[in-house]
Amino acid sequence: MKRALAALLCCVGLAQADGVRPSREFLSPELRAQQDDPSRHPGWLWVDDGEALWRAGERSCQSCHGDIAGMAGVAARYPAVAADGALLNLELRIERCREEHQGAPRFGYEGQALLSLTAAIAQRSRGLPMSVPVDGAAAPFLERGREFYATRQGQLNLSCGQCHDENAGRRLRGDVISNGLGTGYPAYRLEWNTLGSLHRRLRACSLGVRAEQLPLGGADYLALELFLAHRARGLPVETPGLRR
Amino acid sequence: MTEFTARITMPETARRGDVVPIRVIVRHPMEREITAAGLTPLPRRIIHSFRVTYAGEEVFRMALSAGITANPYVAFTTVATETGTLHFEWQEDGGAVHRREARLVVT
Repeated sequence: MKRALAALLCCVGLAQADGVRPSREFLSPELRAQQDDPSRHPGWLWVDDGEALWRAGERSCQSCHGDIAGMAGVAARYPAVAADGALLNLELRIERCREEHQGAPRFGYEGQALLSLTAAIAQRSRGLPMSVPVDGAAAPFLERGREFYATRQGQLNLSCGQCHDENAGRRLRGDVISNGLGTGYPAYRLEWNTLGSLHRRLRACSLGVRAEQLPLGGADYLALELFLAHRARGLPVETPGLRR
Repeated sequence: MTEFTARITMPETARRGDVVPIRVIVRHPMEREITAAGLTPLPRRIIHSFRVTYAGEEVFRMALSAGITANPYVAFTTVATETGTLHFEWQEDGGAVHRREARLVVT
């Protein structure tokens, strides 16, 4: 019995062998409490707007998908590979849906409308475990993302892991280094005074190591987003997150 | 997409004499003015005052300064006296006024 229990514990240990912890655990207790409280979390202003957008217009999102409550669990499965073989995150899926099914122009990456709608949809998965599929068509994207994560970049010659694995939990300037998951995005970042996408945050990371800042929605950041989502498997979606 | 959005969190009902907590967060840039050389100048545009009346009587008033963050959060309390409407009013530089209301049922 004891041996079986030990084997079981060992398995649990293996599942978390990379020691990745949810982003919320790296927040200060005050910020974590604020993230959990919609009455004083500014991110909910965007969620409200996004829910209104969901219902807006004749060919609204709601006219096909029904109530936004049906979007529960969707954000936990993105980024995903579309039928034509392109890797799409939630933002790009919404943009494509607008063009193909709603006959409307794209919102534009990082625009307030796209951020709001993404946040409103992702919020419906809040607390659900990340479970992004990485087999089949997604496998090459995952490898590309893993490689990007492990590659030393920029004038500081740092890979993502040198901060987010080797030094997670230690302090960098005024903040605590997290495991670098994207589970809280779009997140309200106090430094920005607004809601922002994961790719905007990744651009800040690239700047931090003095590397080239890649375009929002670009192939490298998308592949990295998939790798980060896979790295966070089993950990809860936190959107809208609250970050320093 | 409206630039001003408000979220008011308070109980719908209270017993007479109860202290009612009210939390208000609004979406507003609180632009504090850009004048520096080389930057595109922007006039100051902040919410400079916030006022709340309850059943016709003022229960909260606040003057906001240019040093206050965008999307400001304000929490205050009032005492439940009678069933009535709370009127929230924000005044912005340039004369724009935003209004919201919430009903409180007192038993």
